[in-house]
This record gives sequence, structure tokens and C-alpha cells, in this order.
Amino acid sequence: MASGSAMTIEGSARSRTSPAFVLIPGLRDLVTGRRPLGLFTLAVLILLLSVLVFSADEMAEGLGSGDVGIWVATVTLFGSLAFLWGREIRAFVRPTPVVVKHEQVSPWSITIQQFKKNRMALIGLSCMILLYLVTLLAPFIAPFDPTEQDLAGRRHLGPSLEHPMGTDKFGRDVFSRVVYGARISLTIGFVAVGISVTLGSLLGAVAGYVGGKTDNVIMRLVDMLLSFPRLVLVLAVVALFTPSIFLLVAVLGATGWMGTSRIVRGQVLALREQEFVQAVKALGLKDRRILLRHVLPNTLAPIIVAATLGIGNTILLEAGLSFLGLGVQPPTPSWGNIINDGREALLNAWWIATFPGLAIVLTVVSFNLLGDGLRDALDPRLRD
Amino acid sequence: MTAYVIRRVLHAIPLLLGILTILFFLVHLAPGDPTAIYFNPDVDPEAIELMRENLGLDQPLHVQYFKWMTSFLKGDFGYSFGLHRPVIDVIKDSFKNTAVLSLAAIVVIFVIGVLVGIVSAMRQYSFTDNVLTFLAFFFYSMPSFWFGLMLLLIFSYKLGLFPASLAASLDYESFSWSGKIANRLHHLALPALTLGLGGAAGVARYTRGSLLEVIRQDYIRTARSKGLSERTVIFKHALRNALITVVTLFGLYLPFLFSGAVLVETIFSWPGMGRVIVTAIFQRDYPLIMANTFVFAGAVVLGNLLADIIYCFVDPRIRYD
Repeated sequence: MASGSAMTIEGSARSRTSPAFVLIPGLRDLVTGRRPLGLFTLAVLILLLSVLVFSADEMAEGLGSGDVGIWVATVTLFGSLAFLWGREIRAFVRPTPVVVKHEQVSPWSITIQQFKKNRMALIGLSCMILLYLVTLLAPFIAPFDPTEQDLAGRRHLGPSLEHPMGTDKFGRDVFSRVVYGARISLTIGFVAVGISVTLGSLLGAVAGYVGGKTDNVIMRLVDMLLSFPRLVLVLAVVALFTPSIFLLVAVLGATGWMGTSRIVRGQVLALREQEFVQAVKALGLKDRRILLRHVLPNTLAPIIVAATLGIGNTILLEAGLSFLGLGVQPPTPSWGNIINDGREALLNAWWIATFPGLAIVLTVVSFNLLGDGLRDALDPRLRD
Repeated sequence: MTAYVIRRVLHAIPLLLGILTILFFLVHLAPGDPTAIYFNPDVDPEAIELMRENLGLDQPLHVQYFKWMTSFLKGDFGYSFGLHRPVIDVIKDSFKNTAVLSLAAIVVIFVIGVLVGIVSAMRQYSFTDNVLTFLAFFFYSMPSFWFGLMLLLIFSYKLGLFPASLAASLDYESFSWSGKIANRLHHLALPALTLGLGGAAGVARYTRGSLLEVIRQDYIRTARSKGLSERTVIFKHALRNALITVVTLFGLYLPFLFSGAVLVETIFSWPGMGRVIVTAIFQRDYPLIMANTFVFAGAVVLGNLLADIIYCFVDPRIRYD
């Protein structure tokens, strides 16, 4: 078995240097037995190249007028292409040594090894990368302006080649709205979870490390906040202010930290008693430095898992709020408020509500798959 | 055990007071006060001043705080500006409907979840197991409101099998008692399914894992080797022990259940607290919003208390001192 795999690596090492592979990124991976990675690279390549071919005019026009969205998309496009080809060129110029480097085991390399074995998690990761690419390339991928109305010509058109997801009551292209909605929903999810995970880690770490009264106060606050159904709490806060995207992100961030802080507190409580913490204490480091440099980095694994699963949850919550009309305000498209638009016309235009819902499902499934995969890979007890 | 139950109940009281305090600060954190919506040139400033006085907004913060606490604890939730009724009456009407919907959803969550979990665990890694796991993942990640709309579209609008809104038909009073029950169940089916399936998917995954762990235990091998039928082994020996941890999910799912109820009630025009709170928000009806939020949070606290007590009954091995 072991000699067999060594053979394939040796056999492929010669072909790896073939210049043909430099032309088409992904081909090398396909040939050397890394089929999923190869197929995924090829898919991304095709996506990027077709975007490049079909939106060249749009790009030239947008760059001239200084449109920020177009600039971001262009940089992403060429950046990703450069990354794909850069990988191949590097492999061509400096082929990886044939000798398989064993026993260079750090906790992270074990995690990566474990993660690579989990097919579902890899699917989740690929979907996530594609989603973020679509988000960044939105101006090139969306065939129409998401807010461009055409009341006379194309109201409530069913799915067709021109409008893959149909049009809504204002004649706006639903596909374009879903693509731009991805931008809003994913950004809100990402930023809000960033806030809540930072807040949760810090509060949890302080509670666990300082202990005593501080711990008691923070954990009782956590108990109280966890007693509110999160949507109801968010609604109650949103109701007090005028709705805006910033408010939404702030409130979602401020109501999502409790789970993380419980996890981190538990970890810190255990770490506090370990020898390395005693050692740095004996060295005379300040508490803040011990906590931030020595204790917190060791709680990173569960924080990463909580963040990944949290993004899926936050996207669901944001969609629910926007669906109720209390999140992202029209005409800015978000998946939730497109479904809300579709609700009024459910019977005669089913496509408006259906497609953004599928987009949400796809996104949340990929984040959950990724989160589960990371948890399995990071937890030493679950390794085989 | 009695001591444990009493201690848990005593623990819930400061929690409820804390929740009230958070709500109080929430209202006072907001820019302006509840009279702000009446700020327009047509309203006499003196009338607004009078209103502030009536609401007690001219008093110092700590006086307001104690007044708010005592009146809430007495069950006096104030007066709804939007509905022109005392808040307590509104809540009495809507609480019943939300409770019915939530209970039905809990039945869906645990009955469907546990059954699917058993099937999955019994045929680990089979085709059935893979399909069920995939479906569970799908339902778990699905926004309930979207699923509700899809059910509404297919079963109500297209096929006409289920009613699209309300908790009972308009001519409900004219039915016989059996007709009334049938009518209620008919209205309940889609909302309860919408609300429960996501949670059921979670319970299914959890039951599967828990059952698979229990099956590896020695006492299951003993039960099998003394010749008991597979059915007895699973249902009498394995399941009972596997379900102990599943009970803890009850308390865990309650907040999610209520969050979902807000959306599901809106879609199915179910006259419950979730719908009341959404309407109240659009009317900026603060007393109603705050009272509803408090009742939701209180229900979660009580639900958790119940879950802890149930857990202590189903697992007598655990000693709480």
C-alpha cells in the first residue's frame, strides 16, 4: 500500500514538469490523482474566463468611470487568475521534491490532513469559495442592474434563458437581485459574526481567567441574554431605532456572542491551571499578555468552529428579519427581502420566492458542512 | 431531588428580574421616548408633556425602574397604543395560540426526529441512512419561513389540501366538537410542520449519534446474547438510554422554536404572539413589544426549568447536591 502510493508520486513527478500543465491550471492536479481539486480548479477557471470574455466591455466602461464595485470585481478577477496560474508556474519552475516529507507534524498539519479526508467538508469549502467569488464578481455575473425597473416590458416573466430566475413585479431580474443579495447577506453574516466572536472570546476569556465576581456578572448576563429568543430580542432592539444595514450588523453582532463566550470560558478555566501558564506567570508577564498571547491562542479551535457555524445562523437570521421588512430595506436586495417580495405574488410568480430561498439553503448548508468538518478535524478525540 | 428542584426554581427568579432589567434599559437606551412618534407640528407640546407625565417619564430613572418592575411583576403590562386595549388582554388571547403551535411543533420535532434517528442508526451507512442524513442537513439549514411559503404554495394554493391562514375556520363555532378538533388540526398541520421540521432534523442527527454510542455498550451486547429480539433490545434497552441526552435538547431548542414562531405565524396569519409583536413593531407600540418579549423570555426560562426537572427524573443516576 505504502509503496504503491510512493510509486504514483514518483511517476507523476516527471510529468509534473510538463509545460502543458502551465497552460491550463487544474490539469496537473487531475493527472496526479487529485481529482476533486483539479475539477474544482477547472470549474473556477472556466467561470473566471467566461466572466472575462463576456464582461470585457462592461469592465472597460466601469474602470473608466471609477465605479468601486467594478474595480473590486476586476481586481478579484485578475487576482484569482494570477493565483491559479501562479500555482502552476511555481510547480513548473520549482517542482516539489519527490521525497515525501513525513513526520513534519504540527497540530495544524494534522488538522489539514484530517480535513482533506472529509469529502462533505471539502464540498462545503468549495461552495463557500464559489459563493464569495460570485459576491465579489457580482457586477460582471449579474446580467442586469438589480434595481433597474421595467414596468411595461417585463413584469412577472417566468424563468427563461434571458432571465434564469424570472422577473418580479417591477420587472427587475431576479437572478441579478439574488447575485447582489448574496453580497449583502454574506457580508452581513461575515461582519456580524466577526463582531460577535471577538466580543464573545474576550468576555469569555476574561470571565474564565479573572474568575470571581467578574466571572459571575458576565456569566449571569450570558444566561439572561440566552433566555431571549434571538429573533425576538433583535426585533425588540431594531424596533427602537431606524432600520439600516449598520444597525443590523451591530445588533446581530451584539446578540450572538453568548455561545462563544461560554465555550471560551470553559477552555480558559481548564488552561489556566496548566503548567505553561504557571511558567509564564513565574516569568512575570502581565495578565493581559498571558491572556492574549498564551491562553487565547489555545482556544482558537472551538472559536473557529463556532464562527463558521455562526455565519450560517446569522445569514438565516438576517434573512428572517429582512423577510419581515425589518432588516435590509428595499430597493437594496437581500435574500430575505426578495422572498418577502415573492410572498405577495406566490401564486402567479412562484420563482421570486423560490430561488433566493434555494440560495440561502445552499449557503447555510455549505457553512454547516464546513463547520462540522472543521470540528471533526480540530477535535483530537474524533480522529481515527 | 426536591431540594434540587427548589434550588432551580429559586435560580430562575433572579434570571427573570435580570431579563426585566435588560428590557428596561433597552427602552431607555433608545433615542427619544415612546412619545416621540407623536412629535409633529399638529400636536400641542403641552399634550405631549401631559402624556409624559401620565407615563411617568418625567420621574427620575430609578423611580421609573422600580415602578416598571413592580407593575410588570403584578402582571400590569400597560396599555397598547396600537390596539387600544390593555396589553395583558392582547397577550392572553395570543399566548394560547402560540402555545398550541409550539406544542404541536415540539411533538413534530421529537416524534419525527427520534423515529428518523432510530432508522438512521439501525442502518448505519446504508443508502437509507445517507439519504436521511442528507435530508436532515437540508432541513436543518433551511429558513423556516421559506419552507413555509413553499408548503403554502404547493399544499394550499396549488392542491388546496390545507387552509392557508388562521388557527380555525371563520365558521368554527358552527361545528360539532369533533368537527372543531378536526378543523383545528387541519389548520395546525402546515404551520406545525414548518416550525418543527428544522428542529426534527437536529434531533434526528442527535438521536442517531446517541443511539450509535449506546449500542456499543456492554449491556446491549448482554441483552442480545441472552436472546432478546432486536426490537426489544432497541426499544427497551438502547433507546431509553439514548433518549436521556435527547431530553436536554428540549430546553436548548425553545429559543429557536420561538424565533421560528415569529416568522411562521406571520406567514400563516396565525393569531399568536409572534404576529402581535411584528405588527406592534410597525406601529411602534412599545408596551406591547416589551411585554411580548418578556413573555417569550419568561417562557424560555420556564421551559429550561422544566427540561432540567425532567432530566433529573429520567436520569436517576445523576445526583444533584
